[in-house]
Amino acid sequence: MDTDAALAGRLAKDLGAGFPDLVDQHRDRLYTIALRLLGDRRDAEEVAQDALVRAFRAMQGYGPERIVALRLRPWLASITVNLSRNRRRRADDRQPPSHLEPMLDAGFDVAIDGRSGPEHRAGRHETQRELAAALLRLTPSVRAAIVLRHVDGLSVAETAQALGRPEGTIKAQVHRGLRELRAVLEAEAAQPASRRIKTHAGRLLPALEAIR
Amino acid sequence: MMTVPITDAALEAGLRDLRVRAPATVGFGALVDLGLADRYAAIDTALGRAFVAWNGRGISWVGQAPDAAAFEARFRAEVGRDIGPADALPERLAHAVSRRLAGDRRVRIPLDLRGHTPFEVAVWMKALEIPRGEVRPYGWVAAEIGKPRAVRAVGTALAHNPVPLVVPCHRVVRSDGTIGQYSMGGPDAKRRVLGAEGLDTRALEANAAAGRRYTGSDTTHIVCHPTCRDARRVTDRHRVHFPSLDAAAQAGYRPCKHCRPVALAA
Repeated sequence: MDTDAALAGRLAKDLGAGFPDLVDQHRDRLYTIALRLLGDRRDAEEVAQDALVRAFRAMQGYGPERIVALRLRPWLASITVNLSRNRRRRADDRQPPSHLEPMLDAGFDVAIDGRSGPEHRAGRHETQRELAAALLRLTPSVRAAIVLRHVDGLSVAETAQALGRPEGTIKAQVHRGLRELRAVLEAEAAQPASRRIKTHAGRLLPALEAIR
Repeated sequence: MMTVPITDAALEAGLRDLRVRAPATVGFGALVDLGLADRYAAIDTALGRAFVAWNGRGISWVGQAPDAAAFEARFRAEVGRDIGPADALPERLAHAVSRRLAGDRRVRIPLDLRGHTPFEVAVWMKALEIPRGEVRPYGWVAAEIGKPRAVRAVGTALAHNPVPLVVPCHRVVRSDGTIGQYSMGGPDAKRRVLGAEGLDTRALEANAAAGRRYTGSDTTHIVCHPTCRDARRVTDRHRVHFPSLDAAAQAGYRPCKHCRPVALAA
């Protein structure tokens, strides 16, 4: 990306002066990656902040030529994915969430962001929320491939670089991820109407409102 | 009832829609950790409310301002970094600052003094050694840091102290014993801080005006700066004054090992 190359050039010249721009340009996507991998807002905040700090410290140890050559988008994504993985491993002592309701009960935040204009109706929120929850049910390696490729929007090559896997593997994992997400969402939709009304109207919507 | 996305295109659009904005703290928190931006909060001091700025490296700035916005503007202009408000200092820093202001010189206080000369930092570190409620002349600081002739530069460095009160530049006075300038509001503010530390500034200035620059004890034959805790322990009956260290030496007095008085050019 053009802006990234220009930014890398400025970072190579004066790391401290250029870094606030890196933060401005990348903080939302690093937070999004961490949030979609972990499902928890506070964990995502800490991971994104830690990723930025580590990126700076790493670049402090690099020479200018190495900083110029950095492909910032996949590089920063890989730091975030690694920190998210470490955090999840620590959290794995807890029972991993296996269904939407227990996940919400356990305080997992699978919600969408705070946009609430008239065009963002409950139906759309619902879709986003269910999709976010479905993501968390994928295996971690498939989830990481889907999040980088389709949430963050990296190319297959960049995703492969960020995750340190061959492009062929990424393609297969993304394909598998989309298939599994579709299956989860279709199963959700196929639930009896009575159950959906009870869970969504009676419990999940208030939870959603509380988050917004 | 929601519509279920089934096509890959719909699914991919839904995934793109999962992008969110990071809370403001995320990026700014990283910059603060790295010392590329600062946070600040108000604290109570002998001079009333003051603002303290800090980052991951330590306390970076202490100053007074009519309000928070004025403090931020001044910080940005003088330090050149971004700054944002916080509710309070982090516990560790709050503890260190309050212990320091209370006169405890043993507690370590992290300071961010990047961008200042080694000479300035040496002057400020020396000021940190002066006990609460005592004062030393500019010339003493100059001599202690090995630059006995740099008295004027010591005064300039103290005037540029970015962390007044925390680094007690108010405890350094003019070599003729007058109270001297103070960046946090002039000589009157300096008298008020020293007064709050238990120093009788009126007596100090009266003695200086009368040429009583050094204080000795006729039982120990030791001569001190007048505010040295050893000098203040001497009873009136045994207290003697000298206009110069030379006069004290001629009378057979040796310099105190605590306050290490030096002959002053000014």
